[in-house]
Amino acid sequence: MTVPARVAELVRDFKANGRIVIVGASLAGLRAAEALREEGFSGPLTIIGDEPHEPYDRPPLSKQVLKGWVPADHTELPRLRELDAQWRLGVAATGLDRTAKQVLLADGERVPYDRLLIATGTRARQWPNPTEAALAGVYTLRSRDDAARLRQALAAGPSRVLVIGGGFIGCEVASVCRELDIPVTLVERGSAPLVGALGGVIGEIAAQMQRDHGVDLRCEVGVLSLEGDASGHVRRARLSDGTTVEADVVLASLGSIRNVEWLEGSGLAAGFWGVGCDAGGRAFDINGVVTDSVYVAGDVARAPHVLYEYQFLAMEHWDNAVLGAQVAAHNMVSLEPDYRPHLLLPGFWSGQFGVNIKSVGVPPFGDEIVFTQGSAKQRRFAAAYGRRGRIVAAVTFNNGKWLEYYGRMIEQSAAFPPPLPGWDRPDDMKPIAADFPEPGVPTATSDVVLTGHDPNQRTAEFRPRGR
Amino acid sequence: MVQETPWQQALRNANRANPYPFYEEMRKTPVSRQPDGTYVVSTYRELVELLHDPRVSSDTRKRPGAIPGVDPFEATIITEDPSEHDVDRRRIMRHFGPPERPDMITDMEPEIRLIFTELLDGMKSKTRVDVVDEFAFPGPVTVICKVLGVPLESIPLFHDWIETALDGLDLGPEASDPEQQRRLAAVSARVAEMRQFLADLFDQYRKQPGPGMLSGMGNDDGPEGRLPGGSLVSNAMLMLFAGHETTVNLIAHSVLSLLRHPDQLEKLRRRPELIVPGIEELLRFESSVQFWHTRSALEDIEIAGTTIPAGSTIFVCYGSANRDPLRFAHPDKLDLERPDNQHVGFSQGIHYCFGAPLARLEVQIAVSEFFRRVQNPRLVEDPPPYRHNQIFRGPRHVLVDIDGIRD
Ligand SMILES: Cc1cc2nc3c(=O)[nH]c(=O)nc-3n(C[C@H](O)[C@H](O)[C@H](O)COP(=O)(O)OP(=O)(O)OC[C@H]3O[C@@H](n4cnc5c(N)ncnc54)[C@H](O)[C@@H]3O)c2cc1C
Ligand code: HEM
Ligand code: HEM
Repeated sequence: MTVPARVAELVRDFKANGRIVIVGASLAGLRAAEALREEGFSGPLTIIGDEPHEPYDRPPLSKQVLKGWVPADHTELPRLRELDAQWRLGVAATGLDRTAKQVLLADGERVPYDRLLIATGTRARQWPNPTEAALAGVYTLRSRDDAARLRQALAAGPSRVLVIGGGFIGCEVASVCRELDIPVTLVERGSAPLVGALGGVIGEIAAQMQRDHGVDLRCEVGVLSLEGDASGHVRRARLSDGTTVEADVVLASLGSIRNVEWLEGSGLAAGFWGVGCDAGGRAFDINGVVTDSVYVAGDVARAPHVLYEYQFLAMEHWDNAVLGAQVAAHNMVSLEPDYRPHLLLPGFWSGQFGVNIKSVGVPPFGDEIVFTQGSAKQRRFAAAYGRRGRIVAAVTFNNGKWLEYYGRMIEQSAAFPPPLPGWDRPDDMKPIAADFPEPGVPTATSDVVLTGHDPNQRTAEFRPRGR
Repeated sequence: MVQETPWQQALRNANRANPYPFYEEMRKTPVSRQPDGTYVVSTYRELVELLHDPRVSSDTRKRPGAIPGVDPFEATIITEDPSEHDVDRRRIMRHFGPPERPDMITDMEPEIRLIFTELLDGMKSKTRVDVVDEFAFPGPVTVICKVLGVPLESIPLFHDWIETALDGLDLGPEASDPEQQRRLAAVSARVAEMRQFLADLFDQYRKQPGPGMLSGMGNDDGPEGRLPGGSLVSNAMLMLFAGHETTVNLIAHSVLSLLRHPDQLEKLRRRPELIVPGIEELLRFESSVQFWHTRSALEDIEIAGTTIPAGSTIFVCYGSANRDPLRFAHPDKLDLERPDNQHVGFSQGIHYCFGAPLARLEVQIAVSEFFRRVQNPRLVEDPPPYRHNQIFRGPRHVLVDIDGIRD
């Protein structure tokens, strides 16, 4: 038998008889399962998820659900095809035995696999003081149940909501509060909201937007402590500038923590920034050797990216989960030379204060920014980020239709600043410093992070400053 | 005689029924300079790239040598650039779709269905029908009149105006023929009449608001204000025109293409739900807007090994891009189930067809009802005669012999 014929035979056999297990039953897990079936995989497929719910979609949680337009339990992800899978919902994976090729479950069961996909995503970072975090009225927002609880609290008409952390989720919640006419204070340690993700220049625009909509915005201050009343309900927060904020609902939106604890002892390159994998989704072990049977996708994955000096990139975005899942699924049932890379240009969207914000590329990779289209004053513009004369990212406010143009330039590493548009030119088109916080400054972390070249990056770069 | 370029040949009347061999030639040079200094983009990748390039303008007034007031669609959203374009498009969209009127189109479904049902009922005693005159034309025209609030009695009137106007526009080598010059001479009077008609209608609606978009647009006090008078009339004309020509041609072409591909028709009969992806494929296959002619470069643009100099007119050839084999496998095959069918029949980017949801719904209903009810349709003439216009390419008549109409 020729080698290609033998490889084809192996692939056919695996597609018919292999056993695949997916851990994490959310966006990446579901889309990977569907893609596996689409690829012709007909062997046993098991999906393990610690949440009791069928896979649901998270972006609406901080938008339509909080506004009360859509109930939290109406966010199921649409199913793109029949799955014929074994679902193990409501039970967490607690360990991975790579020698025996088994996933260990919380109920003691061991599930054998030939190929494993890790799609355990992230969870919300809790308010660091456990007693304060346990006060009634203190929330985080990651799951459907979180959203249902927070929605209920907002619907009850609180006297003031305090949002701690000005990342995307914090800003979106502040925006919903204003839409619902609820007084809201947002406290951000950095110089402006969104500063970690988009830099100080754009952050300043976001800040102005919030103030225009009546948000009580406090930047460069931290929350020191939360205080409750006799019945254990939160009442006020003490800030680092000596002031207090009276609030009966507090949202801690302090970024996320990757769900990797269950992988401890598995010998995989799993740590603070997620599970290291190659650009095809194959996990690295702690020695930097790529595995053949373990794959990673979604928020928990970090993989080297050609456009960013092959640094490992961690992306907590919806389309990264979808495309990463499809690529991993394809590679799980393929052999060389049919492996595919996950070459997504990072991208996200957010809706807040009536403005649709979109970005492509990795803004924090840039050190300069230039407004290229529209008007910042009207909150309708495009801006490009550059580094060493190359365009590396772009952001649009209410101008998303132009993003594709910038995306293509980023893919081609085109020159920065980009060519002048023919119309709708901003008043000032000089590149200026993009003004990102120094690495290590504990501001709300960006949800796209370059995490260096080490496949086994296990330690934290920065943690919330000790209080 | 100098050898004509493939583009010039594609524009010739004699080649209207089948421009595709010329497009194939054109795609060998994705962006090609024509003898008159204009540029034609024929490949999918490059076309999409230019649709998303902010150095490309759609505003014909910005072109060197433009004669203001010549073009009937001057200062409509289709010939504006941001930010005017975006503001005006929102001012119009308020009366047509989301976010303000999300249900406007879906709410029209029963009415649209009734219109096409009645047209088919009208064929009951016949053995031969003209799909264009008796079906593809009257349906969409009635629909767009209802959408806009144009009295149905005036259909014959502006049908004549639009046909004259359409016949008058020739962008190919035959533009200078005496016959064509005569056609062109007839245009401006007709366009003026049409403007007057619409201006009167706006006046009437201002005094007495009524149903439809025109009344809404004329009386609007939305957050961004009302469109100025001249541009109200121009944009109304654009919609009347767009809602009139393109949808007609897609229905006629869909019937024609399916009769030419009995295997696909059979598949559609067995699985009626295929009409939804099917219409996308039918539009890819025979694009109602073959190309668009109002774009120009405001800066030098380097693309596909060519530099389009600032000031040049750019023709984006949707009909050719939709048959680009680098984007669509076996592009000359009609496949109602074609995967990943991101055609450019409705364009892309900021000028993406405003009426697409309406057009889709109309054509889905029209084509599925036609094949559900018409018994044993047979093409009488293939290829059928084509209309003169190069942009809005479509058959003038599609004669079909039939055995009857089912209920
Ligand atoms: C409120 C909110 C708003 C957002 N808005 C946007 C937006 O506007 N745009 C955008 O691009 N992105 C947005 N995102 C991000 C987007 O939702 C995520 O990128 C996406 O959910 C990632 O999918 P995933 O499957 O990788 O991870 P997750 O959705 O986190 O899923 C991981 C799943 O694995 C489960 N799990 C974890 N550990 C275990 C274990 N040991 N055993 C079994 N199961 C386990 C988790 O409970 C979870 O169900 C938003 C996220 C949130 C929370
Ligand atoms: C099958 C039917 C249709 C097709 C194929 C079609 C195709 C197109 C295309 C290709 C464009 C972009 C032109 C450019 O390159 O700039 C366009 C724009 C437009 N179409 Fe359609 N169209 C159809 C039906 C309609 C209908 C029914 C309406 C009216 C309600 C309509 C209204 C418009 C308008 C207003 C624009 C300009 C949008 C802008 O510039 O922002 N179209 N159409
Ligand atoms: C009713 C259909 C139309 C008619 C009758 C019509 C008529 C004409 C006429 C007579 C000219 C002058 C041609 C010449 O001088 O050679 C012209 C030019 C032009 N038309 Fe139209 N037109 C029609 C549709 C459109 C549409 C829908 C658009 C786009 C919005 C458009 C855009 C233009 C432009 C940009 C020119 C200038 C061409 C140039 O200067 O090179 N036309 N049109």
